[in-house]
Amino acid sequence: MLKVLLYFLIGVLPLCYAAFYIGRKKARTGELESGERFHSRPGHYGWYSVIWMAVPSLAVSFIFTILGSSKIFQVPFTMHITTILLIAAFGLWYAQKKITKGLKARNFIEKTIKVMLITASLVSILTTVGIVFSILFESMKFFSHVNFFSFITGTEWDPDTAFLEGAGRDASNAAQAKFGSVPIFAGTFMITLIALLVAVPVGLFSAIFMSEYASNRIRGWVKPILEILAGIPTVVYGFFAAITVSPLVVKLAESIGFQADYTNALSPGIVMGIMIIPFVSSLSDDVINAIPQNMREGSLALGMTRSETMKHVLLPAAMPGIVSAVLLALSRAIGETMIVVMAAGLQPKLSWNPLDGMTTVTVRIVDALTGDQSFDSLETLSAFGLGFVLLLITLVLNVVSSIVIRKFRKQYV
Amino acid sequence: MDKETRRLKRIKRRYRGEITFRVLSVSAIVLAASFLVFFLTDIIRTGYTAFEQTVIQTELTYDADTVEIPQLAVSEEMGELVSRGFLRLIPQQVEENPKLMNTTQTQWVLAEAEVDQYMKGKPNKLSEEETAFVDNLKKEGKVKLVFNKWFFTNGDSKLPEMAGLLSAVIGTVYVLILTMMFSVPIGVMTAIYLEEFAPDNWFTRIIEVNINNLAAIPSIIFGLLGLAIFINLFGVPRSSALAGGLTLSLMSLPVIIISTRAALSSVPDTIRQAAQGVGASPWQVVWHHILPLSLPGIMTGTIISMAHAIGETAPLLIVGMLAYIPTAPSGVTQAATVLPAQIYTWSGDSLRAYTERTALGIIVLLSVLLLLNAVAVILRNKYERKW
Repeated sequence: MLKVLLYFLIGVLPLCYAAFYIGRKKARTGELESGERFHSRPGHYGWYSVIWMAVPSLAVSFIFTILGSSKIFQVPFTMHITTILLIAAFGLWYAQKKITKGLKARNFIEKTIKVMLITASLVSILTTVGIVFSILFESMKFFSHVNFFSFITGTEWDPDTAFLEGAGRDASNAAQAKFGSVPIFAGTFMITLIALLVAVPVGLFSAIFMSEYASNRIRGWVKPILEILAGIPTVVYGFFAAITVSPLVVKLAESIGFQADYTNALSPGIVMGIMIIPFVSSLSDDVINAIPQNMREGSLALGMTRSETMKHVLLPAAMPGIVSAVLLALSRAIGETMIVVMAAGLQPKLSWNPLDGMTTVTVRIVDALTGDQSFDSLETLSAFGLGFVLLLITLVLNVVSSIVIRKFRKQYV
Repeated sequence: MDKETRRLKRIKRRYRGEITFRVLSVSAIVLAASFLVFFLTDIIRTGYTAFEQTVIQTELTYDADTVEIPQLAVSEEMGELVSRGFLRLIPQQVEENPKLMNTTQTQWVLAEAEVDQYMKGKPNKLSEEETAFVDNLKKEGKVKLVFNKWFFTNGDSKLPEMAGLLSAVIGTVYVLILTMMFSVPIGVMTAIYLEEFAPDNWFTRIIEVNINNLAAIPSIIFGLLGLAIFINLFGVPRSSALAGGLTLSLMSLPVIIISTRAALSSVPDTIRQAAQGVGASPWQVVWHHILPLSLPGIMTGTIISMAHAIGETAPLLIVGMLAYIPTAPSGVTQAATVLPAQIYTWSGDSLRAYTERTALGIIVLLSVLLLLNAVAVILRNKYERKW
């Protein structure tokens, strides 16, 4: 990093300043000699020559670096430096030749800046493209080995032989690796369901309290306190779930005569539920507040109590918003990683009992990618297969949620 | 029963319903708040003991033998109680300070983790003889608890009593600087384009929808992206701060874009029109007027997104930042670890002495987050303008 910083401080910046100075000087002397004003201010001509000098050469340097680091073609250092210096010198010379009275330097700068802004906003598109392609590509590799249908419907997940192959050992004697993802998704949905059972009632009633019963002052206190819950790092929740909640759940289960596993689905579920309370409460609160006041007053004027108004008028009206809040919380819970990595199990198990150890999609992804296997082993690729399905689920949830909330907005806001 | 009593009964029932409803909604808040209180007290209760560390006063012999075999520097009984990690440093100490050679020093020395746990009254694996010996030392005042400065000056270690946060803190600083370096300029530029320049066409709408979707993608997916693109395609070294920073910057990009757009759009149009009226070009309007006015809002958004990035663990695990890092990395391409990843690795260790250190690490992490959020709130309250 220091090298890059030095490269900028003693290489690029002084050169840019020199180019700026030369360009501005040329415009100033030009103005003095001819006695007429140029189209733009002298500073603009300075920037004009900086752009011509720096942008092409930095772009070439960037391309060289990318080529080198992705191992396509390593450009020798001296060639790299001389090339970009030549390009810079040529750019500077060209800019000086162009600086005349009629040159619209300001418009040129405006255009360049606009192009730079558009390029920056392309980064977010590139990120999406990168996500889709990297995951699609790797999971295609996975699905060329494993039948997609048996991946979706299989009930046994046993990648151990894939591990042997990945470790370079002969796996022909061992049983065939099995990649049936049903138990993994079952675990995910069990834990998510428990989380929603905690978060939806608590979050919804919190929203009702904040929007209907609390004074503005109390609301100003309660809302940030609830939002702290969403700001706590998930690794902290994971530690809490593993160290405090799990033993508590095991002890409670024993005291009423049940056998509970230390990696049971209940404790990560509960803790995850606490984490997503603010996702439900904040959005629901906003939505209930957005319902026009006259609906509330109309209902109260007919003699309904506040709770009846809430149940029969406000909640039905706010339902789309609440549904979309719950969907958002759901997608957050499905994609949540650290809590389940630290508190849930590693072994996929198909069971209805929340006290059993279960595993989730995200746990399997982390487990497959933090081992010591080669990148091409089938287990590593299975992480991308799982990630692909995870991405699909969360995307669908988000799209549905945003369509539902847009409907609500159209109706009331 | 006549009509009137039935009516009264019904009204009573309805009022009872009202009260139940109200009680339910208040108890939801109380429940959520007590979760928070229980959670925080539990973490602090587990972690505060790690603020102190046991030291033992003992005689250390420095000679040729002890440089060869450091265990000989202390008496045999002491050898079991003193930290092996400290003894291993003896040759290094002699090297740095040759005067120590052939002397005997009485020093306060870091104790073994089990002794430390015993001193704090926690479950431990000391034998009865050893506990009697430690009790004896305690009576003589040769063992005591002091402030645990090692926790803040050491890197990670396989010995709990030597393990500290320093390398993780430095790794976090590296990752954070890189994240800000990439995501803040790109994010702010995107927001400026979308808010001030973009025409309302299909291209703009695609970018907008896309950013909203990115904000909702699970963080672990960004880890997969970082692994596939940055590490496997571009050859960024695995578990380096660079890989982590690049991955996190893509993750915090949508947050920065969304908050910057909100800050930009809160500047009233009259400012834009006035600037245009005196002949400013579109970029001059933005650079001279809109950006300075919305800077506090942009800063607040940036700080909050950084607070998110500090606590993020899952994508960093995927790009390999859970390596064992005893000494702080000296560059962005070296293997590094970050605070939450350190917390994760410690919490997975079976040695009991790591638990309190994990909790103390969490306390440190939460304090940093609290500080960042406080700065954001102060910035907002102090500089935010209502138009």
